[in-house]
Amino acid sequence: MSAFRLCAQRLPGLRSFPKQPASAITQKLAVSPSPPSRAQLLNAARLSPRPQLRAFSASARVSHGHVDPPKPGEELYVTFVDKEGEEHKIAVNAGDNLLDVAQAHDLEMEGACGGSCACSTCHVIVTDQKYYDQMPEPDDDENDMLDLAFGLTETSRLGCQVKMTKELDGMVVKLPSMTRNLQASDFK
Amino acid sequence: MLALAWQRTNNTPPRIAIIGSGPAGFYTAHRTLTRLPTSHIDMYEALPVPFGLVRFGVAPDHPEVKNCQDTFTKVASHPNFTFLGNVSVGNPSDHDHGVGVSLGSVMRNYHAVVFAYGASRDRKLGVRGEGLKGVYSAREFVGWYNGLPACAGLEPELGRGEEAVVVGQGNVALDVARILLSDVDVLAKLDVPEHALARLAESKVRRVHVVGRRGPLQAAFSTKEARELMRLEGLAFHPLDKGLFPEDLKTLPRASRRLSEILLKGSPTPVSTTPGGKSWSLDFLLSPSAFLSSPDSPDHLSSTTFTRNTLTSPFSPTSSVEPLNPPETITIPSSIAFRSIGYKAAPLQDFQTVGIPFDEGRGVVKHDPAGRVQHTPQDGGKVFQGLYCTGWVKTGPTGVIASTMGDAFATGDAIVEDAERLSNEGRIKGGWEGVLAEENVARERVVSWEDWNRIDGAEKERGRELGKEREKMVQTEEMLEVLR
Repeated sequence: MSAFRLCAQRLPGLRSFPKQPASAITQKLAVSPSPPSRAQLLNAARLSPRPQLRAFSASARVSHGHVDPPKPGEELYVTFVDKEGEEHKIAVNAGDNLLDVAQAHDLEMEGACGGSCACSTCHVIVTDQKYYDQMPEPDDDENDMLDLAFGLTETSRLGCQVKMTKELDGMVVKLPSMTRNLQASDFK
Repeated sequence: MLALAWQRTNNTPPRIAIIGSGPAGFYTAHRTLTRLPTSHIDMYEALPVPFGLVRFGVAPDHPEVKNCQDTFTKVASHPNFTFLGNVSVGNPSDHDHGVGVSLGSVMRNYHAVVFAYGASRDRKLGVRGEGLKGVYSAREFVGWYNGLPACAGLEPELGRGEEAVVVGQGNVALDVARILLSDVDVLAKLDVPEHALARLAESKVRRVHVVGRRGPLQAAFSTKEARELMRLEGLAFHPLDKGLFPEDLKTLPRASRRLSEILLKGSPTPVSTTPGGKSWSLDFLLSPSAFLSSPDSPDHLSSTTFTRNTLTSPFSPTSSVEPLNPPETITIPSSIAFRSIGYKAAPLQDFQTVGIPFDEGRGVVKHDPAGRVQHTPQDGGKVFQGLYCTGWVKTGPTGVIASTMGDAFATGDAIVEDAERLSNEGRIKGGWEGVLAEENVARERVVSWEDWNRIDGAEKERGRELGKEREKMVQTEEMLEVLR
């Protein structure tokens, strides 16, 4: 962490940026640029009338998903398949919702509205109808948002609305690509 | 891994200028900094306050949609991110207290420049009487009740009569209808500024026609917005003609089917004839032909005239319309009308001299599928390789936060893919310091993220005193006063 501390002391106004996965932090340390230039320091100082030192933290602890690791023996498992096709099998507690779980594990799921069922950015596709049928039906508000989701399927749900239960143990969900499919009009 | 590969070949982190701090700008920054954390992003914003249409466009009764600001605030906390508020790029500042820098200077001092400044104008109908008092653009009205400084002085004439017309059937049109018909006591708890609340409290409007030239299956508003109006307490919806829908709704695609069900079910409150009852309707297959005044008040709108249309393919979402033959017209009494047929982006003033291709018809910067913009210098000068666009200035004014986000991610991905090439082609770039060295800028007027936090805190404090989440400052001078 020494490189970071150095940066933190040199750049006033630095705050935590918790969205980065641990792997990204490792990368970042490895490629950390040379110490800030004089111009950068001047710039930073000028833009921060009241320089404050704050602790820099980049651990998952301060990340979105407020989920605790499950107690041994009480784990339920959910597997996320990201858009590259990579599988992430995660041990969770009953009651955790899929958005919190995904964010706590730095999977690519935005949750733009903070899990309040007001957008469709945490769209997931349940791969097995059997699990989909075990969930309580989506309510009107969730369905209204699903109507706006890209690549909607018969087993689509919003991650923020799906709470893990014993019945869902072993479920696999796919994360659809968040980038819009390019359309003919884009080529104009 | 991309960052590592890039590091091996080049030691100059790309400096990126993003022009505009709305959701498109922030999601582009988010994507770029997540995938390429060594890049440096300076975000220019013409106003002293960030977030664009999340602050000035999202309806005040949709606070949950504004939660994306939490993500934007985290992006702003990245050590390589700098907010440059109150700085216009390529346009003179549109208010007296801001500063302006030229687009040419910004292009000289960055490896990449991203246009994310959105759509700040609106489409006109081009019909007679559009300039009468009482005819407003929905964009201005939305800006007014959301505290946009440029629209603070709008003073819409809500007290002249009971009937209002909204031309257009997108989500903005339904937002306008909902704000006109909501209980002011409910709005008072949200972040509607006091000057707007006071005027809404005196509104006489009780009957809103939301008028579209096509039918319900072609309307642009989403299910959520229609449902919200149906749920508003005490508000009646005028029942629709069933002939507008196919006999068997199951033949429709999912979203159309669900919307049709809601529209046909209508509101729990029946349309009453008792005075004071509020109601709204969706009036389909009507194109406005003229806004009319009355002889006793020739400057003011008193009614709106429409011609009736017919659909060429009633149940197809892409159906076109043609006027009935023989023609029919209908006149709706209206003391106030809102034109809500779409926002439109304008080119920056510097575009022509700098050579940025702009499609006036569609109101977008011309771009390739990923959002790259081809620089075409007029004088045969050197072509700048790092131009991008994102958000409504790229896609046109359409879509919800999710679509803007997906689209901004695509632009962010293009920047990351190009990063190595951009850095190799350019020398070390001066960024904001370089711009400052070239331009005559009143530095003390530039608003940093820390400054925004102070404005934010002051707004929340004023809100607490009024029993609401925040009381927005609606004058740029007032915002800057907090920082003195």
